[in-house]
Amino acid sequence: MPINYYIFLSVALFCIGVAGVLTRRNAIIIFMCVELMLNAVNLLLVAFSKMHYHAMSAAMPSAGIDAQLFVFFIMVVAAAEVSVGLAIIVMMYRNTHSIDVNFLNRLKH
Amino acid sequence: MIPVLLIVIPLVSGLLGFFLRSEKTARGWALLSSLVTLAVTLWGVGVDKTSPLLQANVEWLPDLGSRFAVGLDGLSLILSLLTAVSFPLIFIATWRDQYKRAWNFYALMLLSQAGLLGVFVATDALLFYFFWELALIPVYFLCSQWGGERRIAATFKFFVYTFVGSLLMLVGIIWLYFHTPDHSFSMESFYKLRSTISNSDQTWVFWLLFVAFAIKMPIWPLHTWQPDTYEQSPTATTMVLSAIMVKMGVFGVIRWLAPVLPIGTWAWGDTVSVACIIGMVYASLIAMKQDDLKRLVAYSSIAHVGLMALAIFATDQSGMQGVMIQMFNHGINILGMWIVVDLIERQFGTRKISQLGGLATKAPGLAILLVIVALANVALPLTNAFVGEFLLFSGVFTSTATQYNVVFTAVAMLSVILSAVYTLKMIQGVFYGKTNALTEKAVDIRLNEKVALGVIVVMIVFIGVYPKPVLELTKDAADFILTKMNYK
Amino acid sequence: MTQLVWLVPALPLAGFLINGLFRNQLSKSLTGIIGSGTVLGAFVVSLLIFGEVRQEGFQPVVVTLFDFISVGKLSIPFAFQVDSLSALFLLIITGVGFLIHLYSTAYMHEENAPQFARYFSYLNLFVFSMLLLVLGANFIILFIGWEGVGLCSYLLIGYWFQNTDYDDAARKAFIMNRIGDVAFLIAIFYMVNKFGSVSFDEVFGKASTLSTGAATVITLLLFVGATGKSAQIPLYTWLPDAMAGPTPVSALIHAATMVTAGIYMIARSHVLYDLAPVTQTVVAVIGLATALLAATIALKQNDIKKVLAYSTVSQLGYMFLGLGVGAYTGAVFHVMTHAFFKALLFLGAGSVIHAMGGEQDIRKMGGLRKALPQTTGTFFIGCIAIAGIPPFAGFFSKDEILTAAYAKNPVYYAVGVFTALLTAFYMFRLFAMTFGGKFRGTHEQEHHLHESPAAMTIPLWVLAILSVVGGFVGIPAVIAPNAHWLAKFLGPVVGEGTGAELASGTEWGLIATSVVLALIGSIGAWARFSKKPELGEPTGFGKVLANKWYVDEFYNAMIVRPLDLLAQFLVFFDKNIVDGIVNGVGRLVQYGSRQLRLLQSGQVGGYVLLMVLGILILFLVELFSGGSGTVTKAVVGH
Repeated sequence: MPINYYIFLSVALFCIGVAGVLTRRNAIIIFMCVELMLNAVNLLLVAFSKMHYHAMSAAMPSAGIDAQLFVFFIMVVAAAEVSVGLAIIVMMYRNTHSIDVNFLNRLKH
Repeated sequence: MIPVLLIVIPLVSGLLGFFLRSEKTARGWALLSSLVTLAVTLWGVGVDKTSPLLQANVEWLPDLGSRFAVGLDGLSLILSLLTAVSFPLIFIATWRDQYKRAWNFYALMLLSQAGLLGVFVATDALLFYFFWELALIPVYFLCSQWGGERRIAATFKFFVYTFVGSLLMLVGIIWLYFHTPDHSFSMESFYKLRSTISNSDQTWVFWLLFVAFAIKMPIWPLHTWQPDTYEQSPTATTMVLSAIMVKMGVFGVIRWLAPVLPIGTWAWGDTVSVACIIGMVYASLIAMKQDDLKRLVAYSSIAHVGLMALAIFATDQSGMQGVMIQMFNHGINILGMWIVVDLIERQFGTRKISQLGGLATKAPGLAILLVIVALANVALPLTNAFVGEFLLFSGVFTSTATQYNVVFTAVAMLSVILSAVYTLKMIQGVFYGKTNALTEKAVDIRLNEKVALGVIVVMIVFIGVYPKPVLELTKDAADFILTKMNYK
Repeated sequence: MTQLVWLVPALPLAGFLINGLFRNQLSKSLTGIIGSGTVLGAFVVSLLIFGEVRQEGFQPVVVTLFDFISVGKLSIPFAFQVDSLSALFLLIITGVGFLIHLYSTAYMHEENAPQFARYFSYLNLFVFSMLLLVLGANFIILFIGWEGVGLCSYLLIGYWFQNTDYDDAARKAFIMNRIGDVAFLIAIFYMVNKFGSVSFDEVFGKASTLSTGAATVITLLLFVGATGKSAQIPLYTWLPDAMAGPTPVSALIHAATMVTAGIYMIARSHVLYDLAPVTQTVVAVIGLATALLAATIALKQNDIKKVLAYSTVSQLGYMFLGLGVGAYTGAVFHVMTHAFFKALLFLGAGSVIHAMGGEQDIRKMGGLRKALPQTTGTFFIGCIAIAGIPPFAGFFSKDEILTAAYAKNPVYYAVGVFTALLTAFYMFRLFAMTFGGKFRGTHEQEHHLHESPAAMTIPLWVLAILSVVGGFVGIPAVIAPNAHWLAKFLGPVVGEGTGAELASGTEWGLIATSVVLALIGSIGAWARFSKKPELGEPTGFGKVLANKWYVDEFYNAMIVRPLDLLAQFLVFFDKNIVDGIVNGVGRLVQYGSRQLRLLQSGQVGGYVLLMVLGILILFLVELFSGGSGTVTKAVVGH
């Protein structure tokens, strides 16, 4: 399958994620959109990894492996982020009885 | 050895001063420390000029090419002497001033002395910059903690104003540093730059450094921080600011600008001279209209310092010698003026000339001492300032660096007339006439002030009659700088 | 003896220091003894020096005390010059000075001890400065004395400092002198520049190398200095106001010595003036104009001291006329005789004021000849002397100047002799209104009238005698050949052969004219005012004269007011424009920050949007920057 398809898909996913973060005010949905963007990147990384492997495996058996490593890193970071982020959201709900992010502009004052 | 001591003594005693918890002890400690510094300075004046005692040079920031290099030549000796003489006099004269948390006050004063002495003895550009800022910080706290009503605004303005200048200077110093062949901040390397930097570069780098010095002096139109700051600072700090700190600007031009960038200095000579002359006449005229004694002295100081700057750019032997002796004289004289102002303010709670009058009847001792100091301020012969102003004006007149020398002298001399106008007006307003309800209860000058003013008057007359020792002290330094300034 | 010349100024200096420092401890009599004694000592030393100088074959001596200022090639020693000119001035200053000190001990008797000591210390300081002025061997030492006497004049005019008007007068004197001093200083700088030296020897020795233009500039500047110190147009208005000081001060400083400093200076530097004919004309014309102007004003003044003050200005004008026409000896001669008779007149006026209990208005005097016989007699001698009636001192010196003026330009002579007529007229008007007629003061004053004590009358008589015989040192050649001792004495210093040769008939004619006019003026004034004194307010032209031609008002409107307005404007300018710009920069930064702060809304969405927009912009920049960026370069493989 041509690499272009993967690229288009991940760009589309990424844009959906960006649009979600920009337009939604619900913290959980924003959070999910962030995940979407991360996964769009993951997808792209894996696709490029595969592509490099096909092209270079004869000369270098480990070609493209580092991209897959990065994917794991991103997944780990995403998991950590979820735990911290959800905790923040829970705290926020406790304090404000809302998970609307625009409520959190208090730093301004 | 000696220059290191000059920095270390006030620095250490200043830091220790923070831990003293009694006003009396702190005051005594400060006086003691300043007297020791004075003794060391006199030792420095006494030893042979070529003595290794006057130099020190150790590793400081080797990666940057900066060394802890300090030294005393005629120029730094005269200014160190001024600093060292001023501080004990300030402490004695303001002995009766009360401060909250006095130990902090005196400690900060000593720290500023360390910074000032550092500026004068540094022979490494980065070290010079370091001390330049170090001197500023204690003064900032002194003004903002112990100043008058509008102290916060005035201090903020002062700090930001001078700091902008300092940053420009830092940029300039770094630029010069990158152009030294051996990547060094040392004065020798900087003095060699004149042959490697192109003329066009010299003309713009000049301003980076000059603005910093011009703000400090201050030169018109960069002077407006000064009257406000002088007015709002505690008098002891005003004394430091006006007697010594403005000399940092003059000193900076003589040591770090004119010899380093002679072409730039020469190219902008006329421009700067015009600003100086405008400033002299302008400040004198404004001084005529001031009712507040502190502001009057502040504007008079702007006029006097303008003359010194003018003479530097004249690039003439007698002018340069005049600048050096006049820096000392002006410091001493203005110190005397401030002592009188402080005394009046403490006694009557006002500095307004219009509210005073008739003091000569009640306080003849004070009147006599003030009149002598004031006469030095108008540069009457046989006072120290006459020697200085004569050399300065004659330097400007004989200058070959400008073709407008005659015009410059003639216009600048208007300030000589105007200085008589405002100084005599002040004497008359404060001391002559009849006493009023406020001045009726005046008491005459007390011992500590008498001592301080007495010392000042003796110096005024001595240098006025026999200036030779001072002139000889600075002779070599003046000649050396003039050879470096030679733009041809 | 000449090596000990430093003693002459050192003695009054010591007097100044002792009286000044111990003013609270010394008794009044001790103060008076110290004050007068030191000046007397200086007089004795001056006499000894004079004796040495007048011997045949005396060469001028320069006594160097120490190095004053020496920078590079310029070396200014603290040095004194002893020659006939300075020796003569030494005698005048210390001699007249001593008499006035003596007079002051009685005149100032009502002051308390510290004030009395302050007065004497100022007076001694003045004598010291004046001696420096005439002894200096270079222009700087001369200038030190020059400003020093200005300072003492300031201090003494404002001696009664509780009175604000007096302080104003003192300030005016100092500042007007300062204006002249600045010109003087510029002249000194000019000399430093041209000759590399300011010592008389070198400057005059090299003077011939000067171009006429340079000589004119230097001499004009020096002359501006002289107009300040010696009260000539345009800087003369301070001198009448200076009468605020105690009367002995007016006699010493504002008549006999200080105001003649300008004449001394020009006579001293006559070598330069001889090179600048333009300046000489200026000096002569200004001198003549001042003489005439001041004489007209004196006609209508009613304050006894003001009349004498304007008369001093007028006589100084004569001296400048003499200098301008090259009669240097004549000018110095007139300085000397003027010192005698004007000091006499002032001290006489002081005696009158003393007797009248402080009253100075001659309209309230009259008939004083009965109560004050000695004062009247000596004052009369002074009046004759100043009027120029032979054989009194003023006749000879004035005649010498007028003759020289005639030789130069008869118009000078005509104006000069007319001024002489006015002089005689106003002096005898003064004499008639003061001593003639009946007493017009209050009953109390009349009761109080008394002749002054001996300490005051002795100086009067000494000066009166000098006013009578002082002229005999300069008898013109047409009367007795070779009798002009002063010309021979001063010749080596100020140049010989002053004035051109006139036919003896012409000269006799000139003498006769001036004597006749002086007599007409004197007798006319006496006849007119001794019986019917002028008491009303002047009208018409007389009012213009009484108001001094409104010169003060003119200066006020033309210089003082505009300068004041300019200063006021600058205060505004400094506060609002210069400082406004500085504060404006600060405000601009603050305003900008406030605007930028709005971006930090706290809305997370807003931040993200900005971030995305930023990224997009970066992409777009990359895309359109011609393919040099990394994104478009990446090659996507299969």
